[in-house]
Amino acid sequence: MLSLIAQIGRTTLQQLGGMGRMFLFLLSAFAWVFRPPPRFRLIIQHIRTIGVDSLSVVLLSGVFTGMVMGLQGYYSLRKFNAESFLGSAVALGLLRELGPVLSAFMVTGRTGSAMAAEIGSMKVTEQIDALYSMAINPIQYLVSPRIIAGLISMPLLTAIFDVVGIYGAYLIGVGLLGVSSGSYFAGMQSSVVFHDVSSGMLKSLSFGLIITWVCCYKGFHALPMATGVGQATTESVVLCFVLILVWDYFMTSVML
Amino acid sequence: MIRVVELYKSFGQQPVLKGINLELQTGKITTIIGGSGCGKTVLLKHLNALLLPDRGSVLVEGTDITKIGESALNTIRQKFGVLFQGAALLDSMTIAENVAFPLREKTELAETEIEKRVEERLDQVGLEGMGYKYPAEMSGGMKKRAGLARALVMEPEIVLFDEPTTGLDPLLGKAIHQLIRSMHGKFGFTGVIVSHDIPEVFKISDRVAMLANGVIAEVGATEQFVASKNPIVRQFLEGETEGPLTVL
Repeated sequence: MLSLIAQIGRTTLQQLGGMGRMFLFLLSAFAWVFRPPPRFRLIIQHIRTIGVDSLSVVLLSGVFTGMVMGLQGYYSLRKFNAESFLGSAVALGLLRELGPVLSAFMVTGRTGSAMAAEIGSMKVTEQIDALYSMAINPIQYLVSPRIIAGLISMPLLTAIFDVVGIYGAYLIGVGLLGVSSGSYFAGMQSSVVFHDVSSGMLKSLSFGLIITWVCCYKGFHALPMATGVGQATTESVVLCFVLILVWDYFMTSVML
Repeated sequence: MIRVVELYKSFGQQPVLKGINLELQTGKITTIIGGSGCGKTVLLKHLNALLLPDRGSVLVEGTDITKIGESALNTIRQKFGVLFQGAALLDSMTIAENVAFPLREKTELAETEIEKRVEERLDQVGLEGMGYKYPAEMSGGMKKRAGLARALVMEPEIVLFDEPTTGLDPLLGKAIHQLIRSMHGKFGFTGVIVSHDIPEVFKISDRVAMLANGVIAEVGATEQFVASKNPIVRQFLEGETEGPLTVL
């Protein structure tokens, strides 16, 4: 019995220690943003990796999500003779929830995993030690620019996801199922307020932070062996998905 | 001069260094030898604080680098050049960019001057015209030479070499040793080499230290070391499986 309690205590302390190290890692990354030299070139390079390179997958998932919403929304609303609300339902769903969450999932899969693997393999091949030995702080060089790039890219990708999703639903609802184009957009205009857009953007901003923070941390702490990189990549993706969903719930409950 | 004083390091329950005392003389090349997994690389990584000890000190020109802040440590680290076992070139950059990297990060030199210095270093290590290649496109020997060029580009006072010839054929290994010796002649750095390449590495070493069972078993000038009657040294140099060292 005592050994069981001791084991629970040890595990709890380990988990708390791990969380503490993660927060310190984040604080350190933010602190390094403001210390010279500025890393604008690296930030732009990572905006390209996180933002531009994820664009195709975000566009594709955005348009199909919108099309499914158009289809499901139409048949659900038709039961109440409320097809004219399709535009509002799609826009509110996308702007508040699906846009930020799904685009964050796409970026996690497309870029976050690659980020963890890249930094993990740098750790395994002593490239991070090489940076330290050249008196260059790896957190400033590898992590801070990625976090800033994530904070800039994620809201933009979410905005693109939202717009494409709305047009995907338009394609199905208006083009295929015969909802009037006017009522589709008029409903949207009357029901969507600035708060819907801003809450979605705020969510995507925090998801950008979660993805870059978790993936960099996991890569940075990959075990120095070949399986260590794979394990770090898997853990980073799973943890990102869980944190995105949990944080989404908290933000939704606060901002409703 | 670098002085290692009563250095202890464990990983989990596994003690690796158990009270290392060692002096590395300025301007000399000291080679650290010892069995596989005995902690040579661990010791080397303590010399520029890539690893921190559980107990003990590493004094670089009188400053204990285990007890100073990051900013002071970075100033001291700029005295060092390191050639890592796998070269540790940044694989997102070309060879020329890798060699230029410390110059771009740590100096205010003009781009033309940086390019000139990079070209010079690449020529010295026999990689002229190869600067445009990425590490993934190069052989192990070429990567080591590029790593050496990067380690020396800042003209450091101290250079650490972690198994510089491991994985290379004997001819290439010899060429790397000659390169280290000629660079030492040119720049006069304090060199610390961790190597298994015995007896080849002795030809370029001024002093040799042997690490066994977590402590320095023997240290001295190369000729003295080779003639040592210490049973641990004799067993290791003669490649005997029976003796004070446990092989398996």
